[in-house]
Amino acid sequence: MSTFWSIWVTVIVLGTIFGCTWLLLSTRKSQTSDVETDRTMGHSFDGIEEYDNPLPKWWFYLFMSTIVFALGYLALYPGLGNYKGLLGWTSVNQWEAEVAEADALYGPIYAQYGKTAVPELAKVGDAMKLGQRLFANNCAVCHGSAARGQVGFPNLTDTDWLYGGSPEAILYTLNNGRMGAMPAKGVMPNMTDTQVDQVVNYVLSFSDRAKDPASVEAGKAVFMQACTACHGVDGKGMQALGAPNLTDNVWLYGSTFDWIRQTVIHGRQNQMPSQSGRLSQDQIQILAAYVYSMSN
Amino acid sequence: MKHEIVEKNLGLMIVLIMLTISGGFLAEVVPLFFLKSVNEPIDGLEPLSALELEGRDIYIREGCHVCHTQQIRPFRAETERYGHYSVAGEFVYDRPFLWGSKRTGPDLARVGGRYSDAWQRQHLYNPRSVVPESNMPAFPWLFEDLVNHNGTAAKLTGLQTLGVPYTDEQIAYAAASVEGKFEIEALLAYLQQLGTVLPNKR
Repeated sequence: MSTFWSIWVTVIVLGTIFGCTWLLLSTRKSQTSDVETDRTMGHSFDGIEEYDNPLPKWWFYLFMSTIVFALGYLALYPGLGNYKGLLGWTSVNQWEAEVAEADALYGPIYAQYGKTAVPELAKVGDAMKLGQRLFANNCAVCHGSAARGQVGFPNLTDTDWLYGGSPEAILYTLNNGRMGAMPAKGVMPNMTDTQVDQVVNYVLSFSDRAKDPASVEAGKAVFMQACTACHGVDGKGMQALGAPNLTDNVWLYGSTFDWIRQTVIHGRQNQMPSQSGRLSQDQIQILAAYVYSMSN
Repeated sequence: MKHEIVEKNLGLMIVLIMLTISGGFLAEVVPLFFLKSVNEPIDGLEPLSALELEGRDIYIREGCHVCHTQQIRPFRAETERYGHYSVAGEFVYDRPFLWGSKRTGPDLARVGGRYSDAWQRQHLYNPRSVVPESNMPAFPWLFEDLVNHNGTAAKLTGLQTLGVPYTDEQIAYAAASVEGKFEIEALLAYLQQLGTVLPNKR
C-alpha cells in the first residue's frame, strides 16, 4: 500500500474512533443530571412527550469498552494502513504455522515409509491402511472405492496394465500422469463404414466372438494398415504407448460390437492426472505400494 | 454538543449521516481500487479464450456458482483438499467474480486438470455414475445444444472495454472459434483451466 493510502486509512479509522468517543462524551456532558428524572425535552406531539434522561450507565460503559477494544485490536493486528501490528499476524503466516504444525505431526508418519521399496512396502499392514485412505481421498472418484474401475477408468485390481504394473511404471504414472489418445480410425482416416465393420469383426475374432466371420479376413487387412502401429501386429498392444491388448477379456470401453465400433469411429481420449503437485513424494510412494498390493 | 443542533438542522444531519455511513467504504474499499496486488494479474494469467468465456457463461447460466465456490481460504484443511489458497491477482479478469458463498458441492477454484475430460463429461452427464452419493443435478442438455456464438464477439469487446487485454484479432475470430462447439466442450474448456496458474499446493 502506498504511503498516501496508508495515511488515508489510518486517518479515517482513528478519526472515526475518536469522533465516536468525542460524540459520546460531549453529548453526555450536556446532560444536567446523572439520575433519571421526570424532566422532559419540552416538546409535545399529539400529547406525546420525551423524557430527557442520560444514557443508561451500563450502555455507556459498554460503548466505552468497545472503543478500548478497538484501540487494543488496532495495536495488535494490522488495521492501520501499513502498520503491521505488534503480533505481526497475517493470514498467510497463520496458515504457514498451521501447515508447519501439521507437517511436524503427520510428516514422520509418511516419512517412515517413504524410502521403502514398493514391493516391500506393499507387505506392511500399517502403510497399506494409510494407502487405502489416500486412495479413497484421491483416486476412488475415478477408479472406484474398490479400485475396480468402470468404463473409461481402468480396474487396478487385475493383472492387466495399460502402462505397465511394475513399481517404476506405477510411480511414473502417479507422478506424471498419463495421456491416452487413440485417434479416430487409427492411422487410416479414410476408413469406410464397411471397413470399420470389418475391422471390428477382426478385433472380436481375437476372442472368437466375430459377429460376421466372413468379414474377418478383410478386417485383418484393415487392421494391418490402421491399427498395428500401436496395438501391434498380433493385437497385443504396447505398454510404452498405453495401447491396450485387444486379445484378452479386459475392455476399458466396452467389449460389444457396438462399443468397439464406437471406439474405432470416434477414437478415445483420456488422461490420468498427475499427482505430484498434490501429494508429497512419501505419500506417492505409499499410494504406489497400495496400488501394487492390489494385484500382487 | 447538543442533540438539538443536529436534530434541528437537517442539512447538517444529512452531511453527518453521509460521513458516518461512508467511513467504512472509504477506509476498506476505496484504497483497493488503487492497490497493486488486487488489480494486477499474477504471472502467467491469461484472459479466458472465447470458448472458455462461453463456458463460463454456461457455468453462470446453470447456476454452478450457487453450490460451488471458487475461493480457497488460507486454512490448511482447505489447501490440503483443494490446493494453493486463492490470491486476488487470479481474479482480475473475472467480471463478475464467481467466488460464491456456499459450498453444497466442493470448491472449484483449482479443479482444472484435477479430473480427466472423460470423467468431467461422464460426471456432468450423470453425476451418480461416478460419485454414487452425489446430489448434483445432471446436465444432459449440454451434450445436445450448441454454443450460441452470436454474442461471443460482443462479450469480448465488452470485457476489452473494461480493461481485459483481448486483442482485436482475438475478438475478430471469437465467434468462429466457438461456432459448432457443443456447450459441454465450452464448459469443459472453462473448468479445465480453473486455477491452473498456481498448480502446486504450496
